[in-house]
Amino acid sequence: MSEVQTNIKAKAHVYGDHIDTDRIIPGKYTKTLDLSTLANHVLEDLDPNFNKIVQQGDILVAGINFGCGSSREQAPLALKQAGVSVVIAQDFARIFFRNAINIGLPVLEIADHKIQKGAELDIDLKAGTVKDLSAKVTYKATKLPAIMIAILGEGGLVNYLTKYGNYSL
Amino acid sequence: MGQTISEKIISNHVGRKVYAGELVISEVDGCMASDTTGPLTIKAFREMGGKKVFNPDKCALIIDHAAPSPNERIANLHKMMRDFAKEQGMRLFEIGEGICHQVMVENAYVKPGDIFIGADSHTPTYGALNAFACGVGSTDLAATMMTGKIWLKVPQTIQINCAGKLQDGVTAKDLILFLVGKVTVSGATYQAIEFTGEAFEGLSLASRMTIANMSSEMGAKTGIVHPKGLGLEYDFEAITPDEDANYVKTFDFDVSRLEPQVSAPESPDNVHNISNYEGIKINYAFIGTCCNGRLEDLDIAAEILKGKKIHPDVRMVIAPASQSVLLDAISNGTMTTLIEAGASLITSGCGPCVGTHQGVPADGEVVISAANRNFRGRMGNPNSNIYLGAPSTVAASALEGRITNPKKFLL
Repeated sequence: MSEVQTNIKAKAHVYGDHIDTDRIIPGKYTKTLDLSTLANHVLEDLDPNFNKIVQQGDILVAGINFGCGSSREQAPLALKQAGVSVVIAQDFARIFFRNAINIGLPVLEIADHKIQKGAELDIDLKAGTVKDLSAKVTYKATKLPAIMIAILGEGGLVNYLTKYGNYSL
Repeated sequence: MGQTISEKIISNHVGRKVYAGELVISEVDGCMASDTTGPLTIKAFREMGGKKVFNPDKCALIIDHAAPSPNERIANLHKMMRDFAKEQGMRLFEIGEGICHQVMVENAYVKPGDIFIGADSHTPTYGALNAFACGVGSTDLAATMMTGKIWLKVPQTIQINCAGKLQDGVTAKDLILFLVGKVTVSGATYQAIEFTGEAFEGLSLASRMTIANMSSEMGAKTGIVHPKGLGLEYDFEAITPDEDANYVKTFDFDVSRLEPQVSAPESPDNVHNISNYEGIKINYAFIGTCCNGRLEDLDIAAEILKGKKIHPDVRMVIAPASQSVLLDAISNGTMTTLIEAGASLITSGCGPCVGTHQGVPADGEVVISAANRNFRGRMGNPNSNIYLGAPSTVAASALEGRITNPKKFLL
């Protein structure tokens, strides 16, 4: 698992509210350890073009309740493997949120964002700020609990527990 | 200051009084993963340096999501799970033994007052047992298997109070669909739910599992049914909320005149009275899942279908929630009734509900299902439409070939 990049400048792919995990990666593709299979089908029932247009490092932006539904960790894994560097949403479903942090995919909750499709974003993960260079607005993300910052800082829960052996607050 | 059920259960585990908003690391009483989440769990467990699970009697693996294996790729993932269970001396529930949540309850892996962590989003089902149960993903579960612990933010609690008794012909599924419609799919995100009031008091354990199960359709971390009226085969100490417990929100409903409910495509909270959907032609009727595959669900379907044949344009699939449910349904004649009516019995498991195998709908087809989710593509085909209802509604609709109010068959 790689270290998390803390400064990201990339293009936003913007979708709507309540994007469930079946739409992120349909259940029929989840039974695999092959991450490229997941990436090949990411978001296919929402936007069949997504995996053709997404570039390494791009940012996924959504509305409320992103990642609702199943507990499948294959959902953030599929996004990460497809090249998504960070997901921004107005808010997240809780299991998706934990899963993303655990696999080292940064997630930012910005309740009032108005980021539009194709916007160029400049993100400072350490500061939790997102500059929308297209709309010339800066947003501040909700601060993560300390333990999540620590897990994300190690690149995910596997690295965190490899290093510390147990949880600590 | 008074405490909710969740605050009490977590406090009992961490050895001090805790309240909503606090971060805690808690010991867990049990954990499990299925064949969707288990292989990634095992991979992460190895990668994080795991050698032995914290307690093999408190960890389980269940092969239910694609059981029996539909192809060689999944067959090999199942083998990986069997090998891991053998190596660790932990139980693996084989194909057909049942759906993870059903077998965890039947085999007493989870009891009242427990904290249970499951790598499946419907883990809150055990809230029926007065337990605090949360769904997580694979890496979290691997960490729990290794450490015996979980980190949690003590959730705020939403109280849902339902006065009145359900009418004859109206079931727990209708009640929980109604509540999902009111609270919405994100209405309880990060929060716990307490279901309380007369409507829940007379419910069986199976019906309470249906209620708690769909807490996850409101985004909840856990959903606990008040233990008043809960009968179990063993003695237990019920955990009840304090009178001055702090709720972030309270919903009050009188459900004494509630009608059968249907959730329309393509979100579980798109719920209305069945009268809004009566007459919609269906192609496929499904009864099963962790939500509604128990004996009382099959029995009510058999009551409606006894001595009759389902509509010639409809196929009907039945997946009992466990082998134990299947055996009971064989002994009491329910299974014979359903099969004679034209239903097809499949291996106990999740297949059709998660779109893996054993009943994927065709393009343009309409499904009436007793499951808990109807997201686009959920059953494996994004070009089909899924309506959710009670098992009684599914059976009545299978009979008539269109969405049908089951009350006339039950009164």
